[in-house]
Amino acid sequence: MRTEVGKVEQRQGLAAGGKSGETIAKSMLEKFPNGVKVTSTAANRVNATVDRGLLYKVAEFLKNEMDFEHVTSVSGVDWYPENRMQAVFHITSYANRVTAEIIVDLPRDSPEVDSVTPLWGGANWNERETYDMFGIIFKGHPRLERILTAPGSDYFPYRKDFAGGRRV
Amino acid sequence: MNGLFIFLQGISVWLMSIVGWVFDFITLHGFADWFRSPGVVFFLTNFLAALVVFIVGFLISITFIWEERKILGRLMDRRGTQVGVLGLFQNFADGLKAFIKEIIIPDEVDKWIYDAAPVILIGISCLLIGLIPLSPDFALANLNGGLLLIFAIFSIAPFAILIGGWASNNKYTIMGGMRAAAQLISYEVPLLLSLVGVVILAGSFNLMDIVQAQQQAGVWFIIPQFLGCLVFMVAAIAEVERIPFDLPEAEAELVEGWQTEYGGMRFGLIMLSEYVRGYAASMVAVILFLGGWDGPSFIWPEIWFIIKVFILFAVWIWVRGALMRVTTKQILGIGWKRLMPLALINLGIAIAIKMAGWL
Amino acid sequence: MSEMWLNMGPQHPMTHGLWNLRVKIDGETITEAEPVVGYLHRGWEKLTETRTFPQIIPMADRLCYGASLSWSHCYCLTAEKLLDVEVPERAKYIRTIVLEAQRIGSHLMWLAALGTDLGSYTVFLYPMRERELFLDLMQDLCGARLTYNYPRIGGVRNDVPANFERDFTRVLNHFEKKIPDYEALCDESTVFHMRMDDVGKLTAEQAINLGVTGPNLRGSGVDYDIRRDDPYDAYSQIDFNVCVQKSCDAYARYRVRMDELYESVNIIRQAIKDMPKGPVRVKPPRNAVKGKSDWAHTEDPRGEAFMYIIGNGDDHPYRLKVRSPIFVTVSAAAWMLKGYKVADVPAIMGSVDMCLGETDR
Repeated sequence: MRTEVGKVEQRQGLAAGGKSGETIAKSMLEKFPNGVKVTSTAANRVNATVDRGLLYKVAEFLKNEMDFEHVTSVSGVDWYPENRMQAVFHITSYANRVTAEIIVDLPRDSPEVDSVTPLWGGANWNERETYDMFGIIFKGHPRLERILTAPGSDYFPYRKDFAGGRRV
Repeated sequence: MNGLFIFLQGISVWLMSIVGWVFDFITLHGFADWFRSPGVVFFLTNFLAALVVFIVGFLISITFIWEERKILGRLMDRRGTQVGVLGLFQNFADGLKAFIKEIIIPDEVDKWIYDAAPVILIGISCLLIGLIPLSPDFALANLNGGLLLIFAIFSIAPFAILIGGWASNNKYTIMGGMRAAAQLISYEVPLLLSLVGVVILAGSFNLMDIVQAQQQAGVWFIIPQFLGCLVFMVAAIAEVERIPFDLPEAEAELVEGWQTEYGGMRFGLIMLSEYVRGYAASMVAVILFLGGWDGPSFIWPEIWFIIKVFILFAVWIWVRGALMRVTTKQILGIGWKRLMPLALINLGIAIAIKMAGWL
Repeated sequence: MSEMWLNMGPQHPMTHGLWNLRVKIDGETITEAEPVVGYLHRGWEKLTETRTFPQIIPMADRLCYGASLSWSHCYCLTAEKLLDVEVPERAKYIRTIVLEAQRIGSHLMWLAALGTDLGSYTVFLYPMRERELFLDLMQDLCGARLTYNYPRIGGVRNDVPANFERDFTRVLNHFEKKIPDYEALCDESTVFHMRMDDVGKLTAEQAINLGVTGPNLRGSGVDYDIRRDDPYDAYSQIDFNVCVQKSCDAYARYRVRMDELYESVNIIRQAIKDMPKGPVRVKPPRNAVKGKSDWAHTEDPRGEAFMYIIGNGDDHPYRLKVRSPIFVTVSAAAWMLKGYKVADVPAIMGSVDMCLGETDR
């Protein structure tokens, strides 16, 4: 009853004929010379910081031209002492076997950024959760509502000024 | 029924003589004579006979539940019930539990119909016990249209289920009731078609005549009517709502379906009626296809009959252990598209056999 | 009947956990579906900010209690990247072995739950019987049956017990003969095929775009497995196949997991044979560098488990983000359910293998 399964071809890192992390970083910097700062690269990693106005265009570029088909995670970070928040996007390319980490800095009093849900449906609930927990507003999201906390709550639990409990 | 009947007649004479003596004592001689009259004694004898038949049938169907739990347990690599000797007392314990539970009735049910539905269901199921003879001597009623009446009574069940689901005033139960009714009604047709073949071969609707025909022919009707037996088995499993056809009471999907709002003893009665109908269906199957009480004469024919019924039910339990639930669309598909043509082919075979004079 | 919204849950035997599936039905056909989660939300990520790095390991076990070792292991990988710890070889092999044993246990529990959903209690009890053997093995190893608290930052907690190889080999040999039993009950049953074939279709493009990962993705024909494509632990030295099916329906997802059972047995056998000697644990540094962040992802039995951690300069994390595979797959449920009947919902959601602990965190 065993079905025939695919044999292992590729071990780790790069897909044959795919673009490496360095190549992708270079293309990004060429296309968006201002507003994108690449912090580090490896064969299968790209870490970059993007201005919040440019996020949607960078996301479109990654999806359409660099074959990034799958958004792994969208999360928020609250840098309370520095009065800013961050939205962190991790996007994966199956074709190239590269994962990109895009960090967007947001001011804490108006944390708004474009939603990437129109591009990748997998970001839908991740963005809702980030809104629910941090209050980061994703403009263009089809349905930005609370998902994990009770409906009608007026607090954002994962912010640093929300009481967290004593250190153990 | 002869020996037993005479014994019961003796008991009723004795009982009525005591009652008569009491009325004589208070000098109401007219009543005393009436109680001692043969008409009243005859009525009481028949009543006691019905009671005996009912108790025997009831106890056997409770034993069916025991058989199911034990065999299903062993199929699943576990022991079945353990309460009491060999686990036989588990069902009484369950019945007692259902009896002493608090009765919770939702506010907005239609009270009359809500109460009536399980009563109708258990009533018709128990009526079936009285109509099926266990042997030529152990029969309560030997009607010439016995088989027809039995299946007419089987067919009242969708009505009771439908009104029970409707009266409970609940989205889930309405859907469950309608699904159950659709399933039961659509499986009536292949059920009845498959037994027409047997009736043709035997020449009568009378259950005792059918068994006699099998004894005279020397072959049980399962052999010439193999297709009919198959169709009857599948349709009967669908009629009594066992897995693989128990979608109306599917726990994983609608949380008990049409019985959701029934609790306590009402639920106990519904569960019991399922097993009594299963018992009746297997008894009819044994009579029609497996020769009824036909067997070597060193055991009483009643015992032979009950052994055959237990074996047939064990096969149904095996089917339950191995298969999964079928969805509504597929149930109706099987009923109409697969069983009906088979039943019609079977009918043709029966007619051919009869006309060729082999049986 | 006109269209109405039906609540399947939150109290429902089908749902394997506490969530609510609202479906809009037109007669018996589903036109829309809306999963509602959040009943089990414990604020896990916020709690981790008040715990030291080693204290988070038992917390990670409770993320998905059905496959707890894969989550504490994912957390340990992330913390090791943050703290720059190099795990010894023997520990990597031990981790691989127990991860695959956990995968088998999780898939067996999935199969049992699928059996009850479809109405066959025999399919419930047979895998549970074999799962007991694997839980006994884990109990010999680390003392617990369900939430193990076994991986550590820098290795594993303790070395394998005596007779480890003998016990594992016995269990694997016995188990391999039992998998055809489950297949006989399911694959060779026409009723099973009637219920699972051609329901819950999710094409490959939809699956990738919606973020579905793991066996659900491989059931739609996409050949991607983190163990092969981005390996961690000892997977780069082990020869195994990636199980992919093309038909995109619930049966394909079922078939992928059954094939993965065979593959896991294969991987464990190789790992036991190749396991080197050496230490099983190194001591990690206590504090993380302030502002440094890193992430790691693993192939959880349910998909891609991903954790992102930011250090605070001391021994507590500043932020620990968990991406659970089922959280995203459940959001894709709306696409999987449209157009099918209400009676198909248990089959479809059963083939997705939900676990609420990691969805709600």
